[in-house]
Amino acid sequence: MYKYYETSFKNQSLSLKEKFFNLSFSYILFIVMLASIGIVVLYSAANGSWKPWAINQLIRFAMGCGVMMVFALTDIRFFMKIAYPFYFVALLLLIYVEVRGSIGMGAQRWIDLKFFNLQPSELMKIALVMVLAKYFHSSSLQSIESTRGLLIPIMLTLFPAFLVMTQPDLGTALMLIMSAGAIFFAVGVQVWKFVVVMLGGALMIPFAWHFLHDYQKNRVLTFLDPERDPLGAGYHIIQSKIALGSGGVFGKGFLKGTQSHLNFLPEKHTDFIFTMLSEEFGMIGAVFVVLINILIIAYSFGFALRSTSYFGKLLAIGLATNFFLYVFINMAMVLGLIPVVGIPLALISYGGTVILSVMASFGMILSVWINRNVNIGK
Amino acid sequence: MNRDNDKGKVLIKRSLILGLGEFLMFMVIIARLYYLQVYQADRYQTLADENRISTRLLIPPRGVIYDRNQVILASNQQNFQASIVAEQTTNVQETLDAFKKIMPLSEAEEERIKKDLRKNRSFVPIKIKDNLTWEEVSKIQLNAPDLPGIIIDEGLTRYYPFGEELFHVLGYVSSVSSNDVKDDPLLEIPGFKIGKSGIEKLYEKKLRGRGGTLKLEVNAYGRIMKEIEKNEGVLGERVDLTIDERLQKKAYELLGEESGGVVLIDVHTGEILALASTPSYDPNRLVQGVSNKEWRELTSNERRPLTNKVLSEHYSPGSTFKMVVALAALEAGVIRPETRFFCAGKMFLGDHAFHCWKHSGHGYLDVVQALQHSCDIYFYETAQKVGIEKIAEMARRLGLGKEIGLGIAQESPGLIPDKAWKKRRFRGARGFWQQGETLISGIGQGYILTTPLQLVTMTARLVNGGYEVTPTFTKVEATERKPLDKIKISSTYLDLIKEGMFSVVNVPGGTAYGSRFNYNGQMMGGKTGTTQVKRITMKERQSGIIKDKDLPWRLRSHALFVGYAPHDNPKYAVAVLVEHGGGGSSVAAPIASKLLQEAVKLDPTKKSVD
Repeated sequence: MYKYYETSFKNQSLSLKEKFFNLSFSYILFIVMLASIGIVVLYSAANGSWKPWAINQLIRFAMGCGVMMVFALTDIRFFMKIAYPFYFVALLLLIYVEVRGSIGMGAQRWIDLKFFNLQPSELMKIALVMVLAKYFHSSSLQSIESTRGLLIPIMLTLFPAFLVMTQPDLGTALMLIMSAGAIFFAVGVQVWKFVVVMLGGALMIPFAWHFLHDYQKNRVLTFLDPERDPLGAGYHIIQSKIALGSGGVFGKGFLKGTQSHLNFLPEKHTDFIFTMLSEEFGMIGAVFVVLINILIIAYSFGFALRSTSYFGKLLAIGLATNFFLYVFINMAMVLGLIPVVGIPLALISYGGTVILSVMASFGMILSVWINRNVNIGK
Repeated sequence: MNRDNDKGKVLIKRSLILGLGEFLMFMVIIARLYYLQVYQADRYQTLADENRISTRLLIPPRGVIYDRNQVILASNQQNFQASIVAEQTTNVQETLDAFKKIMPLSEAEEERIKKDLRKNRSFVPIKIKDNLTWEEVSKIQLNAPDLPGIIIDEGLTRYYPFGEELFHVLGYVSSVSSNDVKDDPLLEIPGFKIGKSGIEKLYEKKLRGRGGTLKLEVNAYGRIMKEIEKNEGVLGERVDLTIDERLQKKAYELLGEESGGVVLIDVHTGEILALASTPSYDPNRLVQGVSNKEWRELTSNERRPLTNKVLSEHYSPGSTFKMVVALAALEAGVIRPETRFFCAGKMFLGDHAFHCWKHSGHGYLDVVQALQHSCDIYFYETAQKVGIEKIAEMARRLGLGKEIGLGIAQESPGLIPDKAWKKRRFRGARGFWQQGETLISGIGQGYILTTPLQLVTMTARLVNGGYEVTPTFTKVEATERKPLDKIKISSTYLDLIKEGMFSVVNVPGGTAYGSRFNYNGQMMGGKTGTTQVKRITMKERQSGIIKDKDLPWRLRSHALFVGYAPHDNPKYAVAVLVEHGGGGSSVAAPIASKLLQEAVKLDPTKKSVD
């Protein structure tokens, strides 16, 4: 489809033009397709109106595209360089919202930047991947396989995860831990260590239960038995399954989803947008969306494998896994496979921060691809 | 460097595993989609429809009831109701205050409205006031600009234009109670009313019609989004009664303040032209619902306004039974038209004296004269000769002793006693039929019990040429009429009885001579009856019988009269009962006379002579 300039091993800095023509346009196409589907569903969610969601989403996506291009055309070594500073900035912002919450200014998870709300936890998702990628880039396999070598990365993960959990945002905290876990797995941490941690975690569950907020306990109980409280906590998931199931193979048609348009389906423009999509476009539409997501993640992994630098590989894999977690947790949640946690469907759900952070991630993954032959020293 | 290579290889290997893991998890998502959207699609489709479709029943207008001349006896009246829709007004309190200026609301009403407003969503109309008059409705509409959120709904309420006059025929409708059979989803609708008695209950199915359905699409909050499907249902069918409203009114008015019953039928067809029972009650008030206190008063009233005295209560027929005795004796041959008995005022059976109502006695009488004067001694003698079995058999042929089966109320079967009955009723020696019992049966006292409806049937059968006619509310066209069975009594005897009944009214000395009329040569015949409620003791007989009107109401005699008109070619039969009214000739006969006269006057087959 397009011809890209083969970059040589010798030439370590690319011109902007070279970088541009090295972009993966299929990758960008998948992203645009996914975002377009999101905008179409948001148009339907507003009963066939651009306002209030679809138009905003379009603007944000356009902004997101800009962010993606900026990140894509940035030298990968810059990301490596700023990994730690960026991580600490994100950490400070997390502490800031935490402190502000505890001194009684309301438990806001975001910082109001007038034109959009900045969620430090979103920044941290990227920062954590960057900082872990940088850490493991420099460490030896020996150190990775040793327990002591994992101490710092574990600290780097658990500290922000703890802060996010106390916000309280259990879903995002778990996402941070899981994406870090995926990176640990990728770099070669022994499987038995995961088994030990998981067993330990399982033993912790009864204790952890006490520390959960009531609404979180409710979500878990409701997941285990949605009929427990069909009009209260179980309502969302029951109605979501009804909407999905009644969509059937071909769906009820654009603008014709009864569950969503008659308001039986809650949060249809945010967390439950995949349900609405599946109701109106049926299994065909839903599977199509899953396939595009698979393609985006598969491409990301492909880019990672083609990268010559350890940092680049790990950055792409970490960010792709982050995206995967978004998509999988959201879908599994609306399908009733896991308890309801407030994770939106990246690129499709209405919401600014997620679009910007996901588009930034895609930009960095593209940067990994463009800079695949750039040699990065330890 | 070697370790670095290994580190890179491990990363690639692990990444592939990680990628594969993620891919498999996506497959789980797809499998789940398949399970929900293909495997369970039907189930969820149903659930989604249950969510969005709300089916409402449409109440069909109840069938209208007409009299024989197309006069409406029961109809449906528009009922206006003012409601408030909270979301259509900016300030509910202001609207309510404005409404109160037009129409005062009690504090309790306002409390209820506010409570309902709090309980319901803002688009649900909350009733403010119902049963609004036209003036009230137009007042509200005139002030509509000041009353945002106020809407006027209309519904249908059963209405009985003639009120209490026809209560015992039509019955009434009221809310479904827990012991009504709920065989129709309509009955589940709050506020739905069904026939509780009378014609309304008898023809409930026909009058009710079948409910239509309205399928609406509603959203999660219950707001109606659109109409999906409407099925109109079937209107309630009209019911045509044989009642003639003019005669009904007359009958009701004639009873006046008395407690009693009147029934007028066509002797050839059995069609009931009037059936009144007093005291009565306005069914319109029962439709609205009466308070517990009012209901208790109604049910404990000694004059029993809720009981149909024409068919639910039985009384001794008294002297109105004498025709039965005479016919039985004539047919058995124990008396002949010219047979005469001597009345000395009393007679003895063993050492027990039986008195005639006329102490001085009537002297010699034949059967016609005996009927005319209602001589008791003549019928004691006759009854003694013919025996209870033949009397009972004749009574039954004439329609006494069992339910007529009109169906508008619980009917009393009355009682025609015979020897077998007494054996069943009383055990041992007390079960033997006594001759004295035959004697008092001869004058319609003792065990014999009849309803006015049975008496009118008897009268009709006596004067219509001997046909087994049965009273009915259903009009049958002459062409569709089935030939009636005959009661197989010689017309000579029937004519003789008619002559006796004619003499009662039209020959001086007859017990109802005061009630005679002659309307263009049309006259009536009949028979009086006065039945004691209280036994006259020996002591009273000696000390002089206390006049009926000096007794407390409860102890006074019942007044009865059965009659027919016109005498030459009988068309109408009537039975009148006045509870504790005193004498049959003074109280019951005039009522019967006036009603028959009215019937004759209004007779559609006769050319107007005036």
